[in-house]
Amino acid sequence: MALLETVNLYQRFDKQDILKNINLKVDKGEIFALIGPTGAGKTTLLRLVNLLDLPASGIIYFGGVDTSESARMRTELRRRMAFVFQKPVVFNMSVYDNVACGLKWRGEGKSEIGKKVYNILEMVTLSDYKDRNARTLSGGEVQMVAIARAIISEPEVLLLDEPTANLDPASESRIETLITDITHRRNTTIIMATHDMSQGQRLADRVGVLLNGEILQSGGWHDVFNSPQNREVANFVRVENIINGVIALSQDEIVAINVGENVIEAVSDYPVGEEVCVCIRPEDITIARLKFSSSARNSFAGEITRMVSFGALTRVEIDCGFPLVALITKRSAEELDLDKGKQVYASFKATAIHIIKR
Amino acid sequence: MAEIWNGLTKAIELIISLDPEVIQIAGRSLTISMAATLLASLICLPLASLIHFRRFPGKRMLINLIQTFYSVPTVVIGLFVFVLFSRAGLLGGLGLLYTPTVMILGQMVLITPILLGLTVSALRGVERAIIDTARSLGASGSQTMVLVLKEARFAVMAAVIMGFGRAISEVGLALMVGGNIRGLTRIITTAISLESSKGELELALALGMILIFIALVVNILFNRLQQR
Repeated sequence: MALLETVNLYQRFDKQDILKNINLKVDKGEIFALIGPTGAGKTTLLRLVNLLDLPASGIIYFGGVDTSESARMRTELRRRMAFVFQKPVVFNMSVYDNVACGLKWRGEGKSEIGKKVYNILEMVTLSDYKDRNARTLSGGEVQMVAIARAIISEPEVLLLDEPTANLDPASESRIETLITDITHRRNTTIIMATHDMSQGQRLADRVGVLLNGEILQSGGWHDVFNSPQNREVANFVRVENIINGVIALSQDEIVAINVGENVIEAVSDYPVGEEVCVCIRPEDITIARLKFSSSARNSFAGEITRMVSFGALTRVEIDCGFPLVALITKRSAEELDLDKGKQVYASFKATAIHIIKR
Repeated sequence: MAEIWNGLTKAIELIISLDPEVIQIAGRSLTISMAATLLASLICLPLASLIHFRRFPGKRMLINLIQTFYSVPTVVIGLFVFVLFSRAGLLGGLGLLYTPTVMILGQMVLITPILLGLTVSALRGVERAIIDTARSLGASGSQTMVLVLKEARFAVMAAVIMGFGRAISEVGLALMVGGNIRGLTRIITTAISLESSKGELELALALGMILIFIALVVNILFNRLQQR
């Protein structure tokens, strides 16, 4: 049985559906990442799961129990969870008291609380600040306090809303390590919201793509990333080349897809006549100055229309009769002497193509 | 002019020499108003939390009504308390009319709207995220209320001080239900009004200065809290 389950969950504000038909199951010990752009409804969903708000309709089960029964029960269930907000606030009291709050409210003894608080402050390296008013801390330190006071109660479910969004890279990796360490030891279930896909990839067992209030796809990271189920998901996971076409030929699981004047070959079992989208990740496209014979079934001549470098990578936009975006290393772009207006050949394998039915 | 000057110097003499009557009257004023403020706080702080946290129909109306009573004339409350505690009144049997007890109760009623209204405003100043954070960390409804009162402690203290200021400076109610009985229910304001009508300015002025001094202290405290 899933530890957490939502059934046909809807949330509405001002007659607008913020969440639509959310059916989510998260097992004990699982790390689930909700990915999606800002405004997709990630925070709204986490608030519902934390039982802070009541849904417009639908049911949330916690450990098989229907949470809509009573407010008292929701408080009890909430005490088995912890929620770190995207923009955490601290109470106007010392760091120690901030971290101790949750245990105090659960009625734990003073000496027990003291031991735990010292331990946790040690872990987040805030021991020196224990007597300082938490309001005087910096943004990163506030985030640490927020995480410390959440994990001190050893929650069964930890909800994290963009846990590292306002942190520098060093603090970010420290917090990620902290989270994975602790949760691994205690077999904590985590649901985290993030717009940072790489963070989802690093931490999560499973991801769900939330777009416009709907979970459009959920599953293993690899599946969602490489086999998006529809155009919106493909767009969000940065499949930059999404080309409309029609299947013209199908033989031995190899199909030929008419894309305007051109034909793209891919591995698929869609029937002839099916209208599809051809998805190609930009890093799967190779560029050459001369037409060469490689194992890649697809090779198109085109003209470079735009080049942008960022860090070690260069994004090359090519017009091959249809637009293509390729991501190559900056070094190879220099070696090939690529520039706007030059003629190149763009190639990609039939197996690198993912096909979505339109 | 000379008369006033003369009264003023004598008044200062009365204060410096710690005149027993002056001390007694000032002490009674402080005791009665502090007791009234304490009682009103015990009622208003939890009640204001309930008003703030609960959603109910007519909430806005109730708050408007409370605010209307901020400046209710003291004699109106006086009349109400008088009628209630007079021999023929509902609580007349208690025989409390013209005692310090009924003055405390009267002042408590008088400052309840101010304390209630300002405490609700103070609680409103606490950002929503604080409440959500508390609940997410496992606070029950009442634990959340206590936390929010704590978060708003400076503004709440300011509300209490405002209430005290209104209590100690009022005269109409104390006169009506206290009766200004020497040695029993005479307080600073009632004494001033009596002495000045008798033309005896020294005592009136001395008490007036003490009252202003108390007001000054209250104001300094109030400002300090507002700045936190």
